[in-house]
Amino acid sequence: MISVENVSKSFTLHNQGSTVIPVMAGASLQVAAGECVALVGASGAGKSTLMRMIYGNYLTASGRIMVGDTDVASAAPREVIALRRRTLGYVSQFLRVVPRVPTIDVVAEPLLLTGTGADEARAQAATLLARLNIPERLWGLSPTTFSGGEQQRVNIARGFAFAYPALLLDEPTASLDPTNRATVLAMVQEAKARGAAIIGIFHDHAAREALCDRQVDVTGFTPGLAA
Amino acid sequence: MTPLLQVENLAKYYGARIGCTDVSFDLYPGEVMGIVGESGSGKSTLLNCLAGHLRPDQGAVRFATRSDGLRDTVTMSEPERRMLGRTDWAFVHQHARDGLRMNVSAGGNVGERLMAVNARHYGDIREQAIDWLGRVEITQDRIDDRPTAFSGGMQQRLQIARNLVTGPRLVFMDEPTGGLDVSVQARLLDLLRGLVRDMGLSAIIVTHDLAVVRLLADRLMVMKDGHVVETGLTDQVLDDPQHGYTQLLVSSVLQV
Repeated sequence: MISVENVSKSFTLHNQGSTVIPVMAGASLQVAAGECVALVGASGAGKSTLMRMIYGNYLTASGRIMVGDTDVASAAPREVIALRRRTLGYVSQFLRVVPRVPTIDVVAEPLLLTGTGADEARAQAATLLARLNIPERLWGLSPTTFSGGEQQRVNIARGFAFAYPALLLDEPTASLDPTNRATVLAMVQEAKARGAAIIGIFHDHAAREALCDRQVDVTGFTPGLAA
Repeated sequence: MTPLLQVENLAKYYGARIGCTDVSFDLYPGEVMGIVGESGSGKSTLLNCLAGHLRPDQGAVRFATRSDGLRDTVTMSEPERRMLGRTDWAFVHQHARDGLRMNVSAGGNVGERLMAVNARHYGDIREQAIDWLGRVEITQDRIDDRPTAFSGGMQQRLQIARNLVTGPRLVFMDEPTGGLDVSVQARLLDLLRGLVRDMGLSAIIVTHDLAVVRLLADRLMVMKDGHVVETGLTDQVLDDPQHGYTQLLVSSVLQV
């Protein structure tokens, strides 16, 4: 489902003496449907960078990144948008929303974008929010004022609202209490069971052990760090 | 899929000075494109050339008309261009008073666009006006008030209702949230997002506010000194800017 082939990337900082920082070279990895692969490596090794390249918000300098039938590394913006709408989900560490939009609508939005009716989308959003223990009295409020853990759960609810065939998870269990952590782990297991290909970053060792079929150490893709 | 708007090698000069030059892009149905850049970078010039308000010195702006497919709007006759401006196109000005008739009631402002496309039944027109005022959250009891009696945010929402009532396919927006306080801005952003999603609109939004484009636009075009210096997916341009000017622009945003 997801296939990263010999991918490289560098950052050029034009306003800081045109410093060129090579951050990735020769990165390759494959994830099949129903499989969960963990990206591991020390801070700064490039886990999030690789994930963002797969999602398309970082440009790829060379190589191919196939998600389904789309090569993210060379696709036009509208192809990436179509891919993100129906195929590739992403749970980032930070919630980014239009201020003042009610939580339930934030969660329902991915469903509305894929053609689900408004009532049905809200009903599904409500189920997810209830499962993630967001109190119903908060559903009509904007998540911008929520606690860190609550925002993260809203973000997860939004990321799992549509059944994407491919999912990127950036630390989905950070800052969650044990009960909610267990719920999120169960949701990831269910996504695997329905056949989603998942790439995750988990600093939570136990979560990684429980969910992931394989680990890929990105240190091997970092120029200058590779052994 | 065929593009809704196809821009090729567009240029506009003010004497020897460059307004904008060498602009080419395709916009597809349902896409929202943001144009950012500092004041004087040519973004409003470009928008006005696209919308037929300014005549470009060079290049083509092809629009997928309902009846004849792609037509160059630069070379079409003035009446044809005006017809597009009343039907398939909409233009939301930065200052609502530029896009509204300030001495006509709110309902009249919305109804006028309908009458321009041959709506004649008073009851129907008023009903549609009420419907649209509701969608932009202006209550029915304000329908007979003039825009002069409205707040800035309400005027802007009225301008949007007036523009969208005829079901346009392409909306040009020049700083639609500029000059509004942030709480009103947030509400307007949510409204615009919902309208784009529900009506399948395409839009071109000129702004200097990067937060606005991140939330509204799928694609981004960065302009400097009349030239397009970078284009791409909005979050890619903002998260991984390639051009020195874009890097400066992104890193200059003040964090709240």
